[in-house]
Amino acid sequence: MPLHHYRPPPNHGGITSTQQQQVTHQPPAMDVLSQSRRQLADYTNSLHRDGFLDDQFSQLQQLQDESSPDFVMEVVSLFFEDCQKLVTNMARALSELQAVDFKQVDSSVHQLKGSSSSVGAARIKNLCVAFKTCCDSQNRDGCMRCLQEVNRECVLLKNKLQTLFRLEQQIISAGGSIPM
Amino acid sequence: MESCNCIEPQLPPDELLSKYQYISDFFIALAYFSIPLELIYFVKKSAVFPYRWVLVQFGAFIVLCGATHLINLWTFTIHSRTVAIVMTTAKILTAVVSCATALMLVHIIPDLLSVKTRELFLKNKAAELDREMGLIRTQEETGRHVRMLTHEIRSTLDRHTILKTTLVELGRTLSLEECALWMPTRTGLELQLAYTLRQQNPVGYTVPIHLPVINQVFSSNRAVKISPNSPVARLRPLAGKYPGEVVAVRVPLLHLSNFQINDWPELSTKRYALMVLMLPSDSARQWHTYELELVEVVADQVAVALSHAAILEESMRARDLLMEQNVALDLARREAETAIRARNDFLAVMNHEMRTPMHAIIALSSLLQETELTPEQRLMVETILKSSNLLATLINDVLDLSRLEDGSLQLDLGSFNLHSAFREVINLIRPIASVKKLVVTLHLAPDLPEYATGDEKRLMQTLLNVVGNAVKFSKEGSISITAFVAKAESLRDPRAPDFFPVPSDNHFFLRVQVKDTGSGINPQDYPKLFTKFAQSQSLATKNSAGSGLGLAICKRYHMLVIRFVNLMDGHIWLESEGLGKGCTAIFMIKLGVTECCTESKLPAATNASMNHAQTAFPGLKVMVMDDNGVSRMVTKGLLVHLGCDVTTVSSGDECLRLISQDHHVVFIDVCMYDGYEVALRVHEKLTKRHERPLTVALTANSDKATKDHCRRVGMNGVVLKPVSVDKMRTVLSDLLEHRNLV
Repeated sequence: MPLHHYRPPPNHGGITSTQQQQVTHQPPAMDVLSQSRRQLADYTNSLHRDGFLDDQFSQLQQLQDESSPDFVMEVVSLFFEDCQKLVTNMARALSELQAVDFKQVDSSVHQLKGSSSSVGAARIKNLCVAFKTCCDSQNRDGCMRCLQEVNRECVLLKNKLQTLFRLEQQIISAGGSIPM
Repeated sequence: MESCNCIEPQLPPDELLSKYQYISDFFIALAYFSIPLELIYFVKKSAVFPYRWVLVQFGAFIVLCGATHLINLWTFTIHSRTVAIVMTTAKILTAVVSCATALMLVHIIPDLLSVKTRELFLKNKAAELDREMGLIRTQEETGRHVRMLTHEIRSTLDRHTILKTTLVELGRTLSLEECALWMPTRTGLELQLAYTLRQQNPVGYTVPIHLPVINQVFSSNRAVKISPNSPVARLRPLAGKYPGEVVAVRVPLLHLSNFQINDWPELSTKRYALMVLMLPSDSARQWHTYELELVEVVADQVAVALSHAAILEESMRARDLLMEQNVALDLARREAETAIRARNDFLAVMNHEMRTPMHAIIALSSLLQETELTPEQRLMVETILKSSNLLATLINDVLDLSRLEDGSLQLDLGSFNLHSAFREVINLIRPIASVKKLVVTLHLAPDLPEYATGDEKRLMQTLLNVVGNAVKFSKEGSISITAFVAKAESLRDPRAPDFFPVPSDNHFFLRVQVKDTGSGINPQDYPKLFTKFAQSQSLATKNSAGSGLGLAICKRYHMLVIRFVNLMDGHIWLESEGLGKGCTAIFMIKLGVTECCTESKLPAATNASMNHAQTAFPGLKVMVMDDNGVSRMVTKGLLVHLGCDVTTVSSGDECLRLISQDHHVVFIDVCMYDGYEVALRVHEKLTKRHERPLTVALTANSDKATKDHCRRVGMNGVVLKPVSVDKMRTVLSDLLEHRNLV
């Protein structure tokens, strides 16, 4: 009997093909539009390449249609709110002078992991994995470090996504539609 | 009968004359009376007399005549009137009867005469019948003789016995002095004396076959009388003064090939034997016709009997030969079976031994991948898995030697990303190459299509093999791999003269060149490299990584590679400037052009199920229970995108409060602390199986424990977070079709 072949899950950190397709028909003499599009594509590619975003984000973008035109932005905003809240909680818990409530930290990390994986924030999700390990080993310093990293990543991602959305707005205002 | 005028005047008679007349009349009367008596007596004696009443008539006539003459006796003396009257009456009666008789005789006498002729006729007939009887008897005798002879001859299937018996029986039947059989020699130019009756061991007399007397005999199928002085007949010294007549007859020697299916064997055969029969000398015997016929018949029978004997001999010989061959084949078969069994046992054992660790590696690596890993770790595990997959394929192929040898290796065609295939191979080789401080470069031509149709696994195997060889035999330097689409001019490579590729619209030829800076190859060893049993001395150095087994596997890989390249209508060859100047492995294979750019990595089953999947589920009432706001929103967005009617809840209580029969599916995040309990409660609350909603677990970890737990609480399925649109679509389809996630 042949051996069972394990099929690797779709690209982690690879270039997703969806981003590369320029599906829409370009109206003639719209250099600004095509330039903006190219910019957007390049930027998105770079985000994927650097691991900021993964496939899940593309899935979210797929869910965006006429009935929910701001779906991605809404989800992302909610995520960052959530992120902020959780980070604050964790900071408070970890700065307890006496015994740190690792359980609470753990549950927050778990939440953050769930959220980030739902949104497609790959880096943050991976950081949560490391964070969890520190929690399990009740390593306060480790946790602090992880928390700082998470915070930094959140801010970074926020900026990046803002740029992304700005680019998208540019295209929309130029009269085109955002390629899916 | 003289009429007697007895009425005469009475003269005194001459006494003497009267006396004599008296006496004569008396005797006449007597005679007349006695004749009928005799007649009656004899007729009574004989049974066959058809004319009795004629006899009666005749008798009456005679009696009356007698009476007349008797009465006449009284008329010699004076007699009375009575006597005269009686006399007259008698005479009248006699006259009547005699006339009647006379008339009757006219009828009768011709009849009586014809009886005579009939008698003569019958006598002749009897004589004829006698003659014919004689003939029949003779024929019967002949037939009997022939049957007896034939019986004797045919009672044996042995050639010599047949011939000997023929001669003996013929000699006996016909009482011959000598009987001889002349057989044609192998050359066919002479007749050799084969058998004789009287002489025990005939010395090999031969006569040339083209003697006129022999030709005469051979040209007719009758027995021919020949002169006793002819060479074939002069067998023994003359016993007597007059040698007996000699007859010769031809005996056709029929061969198997003479027996046509449809026609009776025509005597177109050239081979005859000669049978010579001699009657005893100094006897007046002659050859009778029936004896000649007998001889002819016997000769024919002998021919048939000989042919049968010959056929039997041949068939016996053939049968013996077949038996021998049978035995030999049986032995060979048993040996082959033993060999195959031994090989299969070996393969089975090796199979098991080699697959068990592979199983372990792959299973554990995939399990490892399911756990939480750092990105570096994940990358490593993925590489391990990919390599293991390749190795597993290799093992499958290498161990299925029989399939390879049978040539039943089939290609696994599919669309794949050509560029990424190359990159993966390079990634696999890079670590090994870097250990040896070798630089590996990959150059893909710009016109190389990104996607192609072909057997991805085997292409990668081949590449791996070829690049691996390049790495193995290079101690330092660089390995460069170039891949490009072969152009029409370059397809006919002078270095590969037997390769005639024919490009077409749907196919292109991929040409890959792997150049290394290793030890190179002696140009004389080129042809040996890619043949089955070759060993290149320059490659098999002591330092090379293979011992005997390694080289054997190397050869095997070569077979695989060659086989694959051949299956892909391609060609592979090596070039080298010479020893120490590195070598370049070049191979070209035919790949199909792919129109669509989607990777069809999914197996057909999933494709099929995707075809069945609905693209929207309008009106499907779904409830989502998740305590993570973002996840909740994402899942809701997913389901709304698919057209469902979604209700979201963030706690178990809310869920139980809002759940009802109307909901079709409930997605429960079992990572929540009361996830499983909610599932149980839902099942308790809505007990009717066919109406209650399907429960599906949403979880971030898909380990066995979670799955078991879900199953225990009676959930209909488990889905791994995060869920893609397609996955959700499939999940919903499966749920609706099977009421379970298959």
